[in-house]
Parts: sequence; C-alpha cells; structure tokens
Amino acid sequence: MGELSQSRAPIYEALLEYKSRRIVPFDVPGHKQGRGNPELREFLGEKCLSVDVNSMKPLDNLCHPVSVISEAEKLAAEAFGASHAFFMVNGTTSAVQAMILSVCKQGDKIIMPRNVHRSAINALILSGAIPVYVNPGLNKRLGIPLGMSIADVRKAIMENPDAKAVFVNNPTYYGVCSDLKTITELAHEANMAVLVDEAHGTHFYFGDGMPVAAMKAGADMAAVSMHKTGGSLTQSSILLIGERLNAGYVRQIINLTQTTSGSYLLMSSLDISRRNLALRGKEIFERVSRLAQYAREEINKIGGYYAFSTELINGDDFFNFDRTKLSIHTRDIGLAGVEVYDILRDEYGIQIEFGDVGNILAIISVGDRELALERLVSALSEIKRLYSRDKTGMLEYEYIDPVVVLTPKQAFYSSKRSIPIEESEGQVCAEFVMCYPPGIPVLAPGEKITREALEYIFYAKEKGSFLTGTEDMKIEKINIVEE
Amino acid sequence: MELELWYTEQHTKNVRFEIKVNKHLYSGQSEFQRIDVFESKEFGRFLTLDGLMMVTEKDEFIYHDMIVHVPMATNPSIKNVLVIGGGDGGTVRELTRYSSVEKIDMVEIDKLVVDVCREYLPQTACKLDDERVRLYFEDGLKFVRRKENEYDLIIVDSTDPFGPGEGLFTKEFYGNCFKALKDNGILVNQHENPYYSEYAKSMKRAHVRIREFFPICKVYQAHIPTYPSGHWLFGFASKVFDPVRDINAEAWNSLGLKTKYYNTDIHVGSFALPNYVKELLESRD
Repeated sequence: MGELSQSRAPIYEALLEYKSRRIVPFDVPGHKQGRGNPELREFLGEKCLSVDVNSMKPLDNLCHPVSVISEAEKLAAEAFGASHAFFMVNGTTSAVQAMILSVCKQGDKIIMPRNVHRSAINALILSGAIPVYVNPGLNKRLGIPLGMSIADVRKAIMENPDAKAVFVNNPTYYGVCSDLKTITELAHEANMAVLVDEAHGTHFYFGDGMPVAAMKAGADMAAVSMHKTGGSLTQSSILLIGERLNAGYVRQIINLTQTTSGSYLLMSSLDISRRNLALRGKEIFERVSRLAQYAREEINKIGGYYAFSTELINGDDFFNFDRTKLSIHTRDIGLAGVEVYDILRDEYGIQIEFGDVGNILAIISVGDRELALERLVSALSEIKRLYSRDKTGMLEYEYIDPVVVLTPKQAFYSSKRSIPIEESEGQVCAEFVMCYPPGIPVLAPGEKITREALEYIFYAKEKGSFLTGTEDMKIEKINIVEE
Repeated sequence: MELELWYTEQHTKNVRFEIKVNKHLYSGQSEFQRIDVFESKEFGRFLTLDGLMMVTEKDEFIYHDMIVHVPMATNPSIKNVLVIGGGDGGTVRELTRYSSVEKIDMVEIDKLVVDVCREYLPQTACKLDDERVRLYFEDGLKFVRRKENEYDLIIVDSTDPFGPGEGLFTKEFYGNCFKALKDNGILVNQHENPYYSEYAKSMKRAHVRIREFFPICKVYQAHIPTYPSGHWLFGFASKVFDPVRDINAEAWNSLGLKTKYYNTDIHVGSFALPNYVKELLESRD
C-alpha cells in the first residue's frame, strides 16, 4: 500500500464504489438498503440507509482491518501524529475502557484524578485495577475541580512505584488542562504508561495555539471523541496510541467488548471528518476560538456572569485552557448552573451541554454560526434581567474528596443492600451516583458515603440536575456494601 | 417572439405565486442571503431575498403605511424610533414624513440589501440619507440587547423567521425590545400571515412570546397582494397605549399627511379580526 494523501477518504470512497456496483444484498442488515423499512428510509433518507451495510471484502472489517479501514486508520494516525489509530464505534467510553484494560490487569494500580468520567471508573470495575486518586485542584470562586498539580502527581508516583499507569483528562469538561508534558515525563521515568481522556480535545490536534495534545506530549494512549468537537456522528470515536504500545494487543483488547458489526455510517463519518480536519482544521478552529472569545467578552459585559478563560492559568493545576470552551459561572446572579441550563431550554429553546451547581457549559464547534451565538448571549442577558436573585445559601463547591474503602470492582461485586439514600451516611457505596451530564461521579463504588456527598446530591436534585447511576431509577435508594 | 420569464414563489408546498418578469435587474449573494431585483409590468420593480418576495413598487405603500402610521397615530409624540430590518428603506421613508420624529436608528444585518435598494429601488430607499437617520449594519438582536429605556417606538420590519431573520422572532429578542423601550414605548412587528399553517405557527409563537412581556398586545391586519395569502398581520405591543382606545385621530389628521392606504378609520377597523384568526391567537398550545 502506497502513501495516501489526507485528501483521500478510503472508507467513504469504498462505499461510493460499492453503491455504484449495485450489488444485490443477500446479507445483513435485513432492511436491505432501506427497502424493508420504508418508514425508516423516509425518516433517515435513502442515501443514508443505502450505505448502512455489513462488513465484506471490498469494505474491510473493523475487527481485523486489512484494506480500506486499515488505510483510513493510517490516515487518521498520520493526521493525529500517532503511531496507530483505531476507529471506535462504541463511543469514547469504549476507547477509555480499552486504554485502561490495555495496561492494567486485576490488582494493578492506576493513578488518576477523581474527576474522571464514569467510563474510566467503569473500566476499573471491568479490569479490577485499583485507583490511586490524585485530588484535582479546586478553584474556590468557581467551585470547579481543575487539573492535577505536578507536585501531587509526583507524590503519587513516588508513593506508588508499582502503579502501571497515570490517567489524565485533557482537558476537563470545563476546558482545564494539566501540565501533560511534565506528567508524561514523570510517568515515563517511573516506567508508567500515560493514558489520556481527550473526549473534549479533538481540536487540540488541529487548531493553532491550542493546549498540547496527548500524542504531541508523548503520551501512550488517547481517547479522542471525534463526535464531540470534530464533526463525526454521535458514538464514533478514535483511540490513538504511541510507539511504546503493541497495536495488535490493543486491538485484541478492543475486540473483547466492541461490536463485530461496526457501523459504516459511523466509520465513514470518522473518515470524512478526519479528512475535513486535516485539510481545514486550522481555519475551522481559528473561527471556533474567535466565536467563543466573542461570546465570552459579550457575556462578561452583561455583568453577573463570569465566562472564564486563560486569565486563570497558573502554571500548575490550571496549566492551560481550551479557548473554544464557553464555560460560564452563574452563581453570582443567584442561579445554579443547572437552573440557567433549564431556563435556556424551556423558555428560550436553547440547548447547552450542561449545567452544574455553579456553572454552565456551551460547546462551540465546527457547526456554529454568529447569529446563534447572539441568541445565547441575548438570552443570558434576559435571564439575568428577569430571574437573578440573591445568592446567599447557594452551594459553593463542585468537588468532594472521596474516601476510598474498597476498589470499585470489590464494591461493585460485593453483596449489597438497598437502603434509603438519606440513611446511608457512613456506609460504603456499591454503585455510582452522578449528575449527567457531566457524568463525573459524586460517589463511586467503594467510597464512603459522607455527609458532604449526600448534601451535594440533595442540592443537585433540588436544583433540577438529572441524577443517574443507581439501580433505583428514582435515586431514592442506594446500594451499600454489606459488612 | 416574446420571452416568457416568470418569477415563482412557493407559498406552500402545494401553492405557487407567479409574476411575469420583463427583466432580471440584479442578482447577488451576500454573506447572509441571495438578493434579486426584477422588473415586471404588473408590480413594477420588486426585491426578493432567498427567492421570497420582500417589496414591490406597486403595493409597498400598504405595508409601509400600516407598519408606521398605526403606532404614530396612537402616540403622536414619538421622537426616538428604532427600525430593525427594513433594508428597502420604505419604513424609514414613512417615518421621515413626521417632523416630530427626531431620531431614526435603522439596524439592517445585510448592507448589500441597502446598497441594492439604493440603486434599484429609489422609491423606497429615497430617505435613507435624511439627517435624522443613522444606519447600523449588524444583527438586530445584538443591537437591541445593548439598549435600555431609549426608544419610543421599535418597528420590526423583518424577513420571515427562517434564515437571518430567525433571531427576531425569539423570546430573547422581544424581552430585549421591552428593555430598550421607554415606559410608554410601542413595539410593532410584521407578524406573518394567519392562513397557511407554516406562517400561522410563526405568527402564533411570536404573539405568545410578545404577550409574556407587554401588558397590551394586539394584532391588526392589511391586505397585501404579493405576500403569501394576501392577508398580512402586524403586531402592536405596548406598555401603556391601546391602539384602538388611545388613537389620536384628530392630531394625526391635522398633520395633513397624504396616504394611499392608511386613514384613521382603517386604523380602528384593522384591529377587527376574523374569527379564525382570533381563535388562533387565543388558543393555548
């Protein structure tokens, strides 16, 4: 196979070729290019269903790619500066899990900040790895968890020389980056792998003046949510690895849980989006940064709101900031972030990414227009005029130090008992409790249920956050570990 | 042989409106939309944006009379006016006829529309250089957001709520207009047609949203041959003035303005609506 240029899109091209051959399908999927499901075809379009096809020789196979998928992955690896790229169709969740399962076996330690996405702790349940939590920094005014400080990471590495990996968010949901390059150097000196959750960092690989991307920083693996800011279809994602890892082994790990019927809609969307970013990413993210910066300035002019950015950089746990993120602190107008989030949707028809107790986050991406941003700014201005109130009595923090009693796997598989959540103080939690989004657990399996955590849960519930994680769909009962 | 050239607007999926065209005078694409000017026997010159009819030389007087003189006769002491949209200049032209008006800010998002109208439609664009007029080329929503307690009258002379005019039919826009108006301010907006369901939905949504802010919120109508269904509505919202009860007919008539459509009887009559329109406006969902 010769060198392909970034202007090619092998999976997309193979699908076009497949369509033009007018193959008669006697394989799955049974809708047979939509003919068997006219209502679905009417809804999604004939074009869409005609390429919802199965693996076959001319289209390659995601579980064992040797032709067009392999070529598309090579192009992606080149575009992202990685040794190898894997197309993922089970979401970035599966990419995060593949990272942890690739380097941690039962009983291995992994150093990670506690403000990880639930998918990372789920991976600990699957692998039996033991988390060594590094408490993230905390911005008191905003009440949000930041990145990890170098001193804390160094300490965790010194105290746990047997740990197999260090896990880093790059960036956090709010757009905050740790000093990934230094963390990578420290970890590699101690012979630990560096795994990076870049669910919100796709654009770091393509934009100018962005925080450093994992592969550039020398990290070993990165889970990149192409669908979040890169423009591909929801659930499509890319796992990148550096030269220290064995691609064949990582593929085996991926195949433990990933579907054998990889969707060509998802894969072609990754292929086409990669091409777009490789060819035009620089201009796209220059524009996205400009839009976000404009919105920040206008929102800060309204007063009461604080749309924060690079002015908070402190060289350590707020090492860098993703300027495409529009993170806005709302507590000073007397409204919880989740309240602003709800008002924007219910009253103004504007859907943002999430609201938590003190902040909201709007994602600005490839697809945004000036006029739509103006609507967001104007609606925020109106919300302040019409809804702002005294802020006394509002909860201030967003991060609770966990008290880990058992590993997530031990707790999850222990014998459990369901009790009313308000009576659970002091018990060991056997499941997750989190607001979704952002999906960062308030309580994870194996952690002690503290008064602080309970107060946070009650407050979030009262303010209208969407809580998830427990077996009980109403979040009134919680599973605890039986003694 | 004569060339058969027809302008067609799709009023709904199943209804078309056509005008025979003599000449296609201008065609251009701005940052926001496609702009065309045609010349026809029946309607004179006309402007379309993204293929939709905006203004014709023959019937523009109806629209501009009704969007301007109704609020002006309700409160003759209006001095500061904001026009949002209105790139053809017709609304501004009617406003400049009042010597009592001191300031007219016109905010049009698309400068090219104004440039094209100045060149091809001087009939409407003729007063854009009046010394009381200031032109701003920016998003109306952005402009009004930064104003507080400043205007006696805001006229929303916008396109339909699809495309660049979308932000001008939103709750955040009406709320910001409320804030930009003085305590006795009036908001008048083009309010779509009640007949075809797509337009009727926008009309209803706009009405519901305006009603959330303004204690007085009325709808009036006019017959405009070149707009979808020919039956067009305008919204009148105010913090204090009732357009029927408070019309100052004597004051307006004493100005001696010669108008082709508007008079103070039509003013009152235009607020009498057909039953199906009343029901639409009153229905909840």
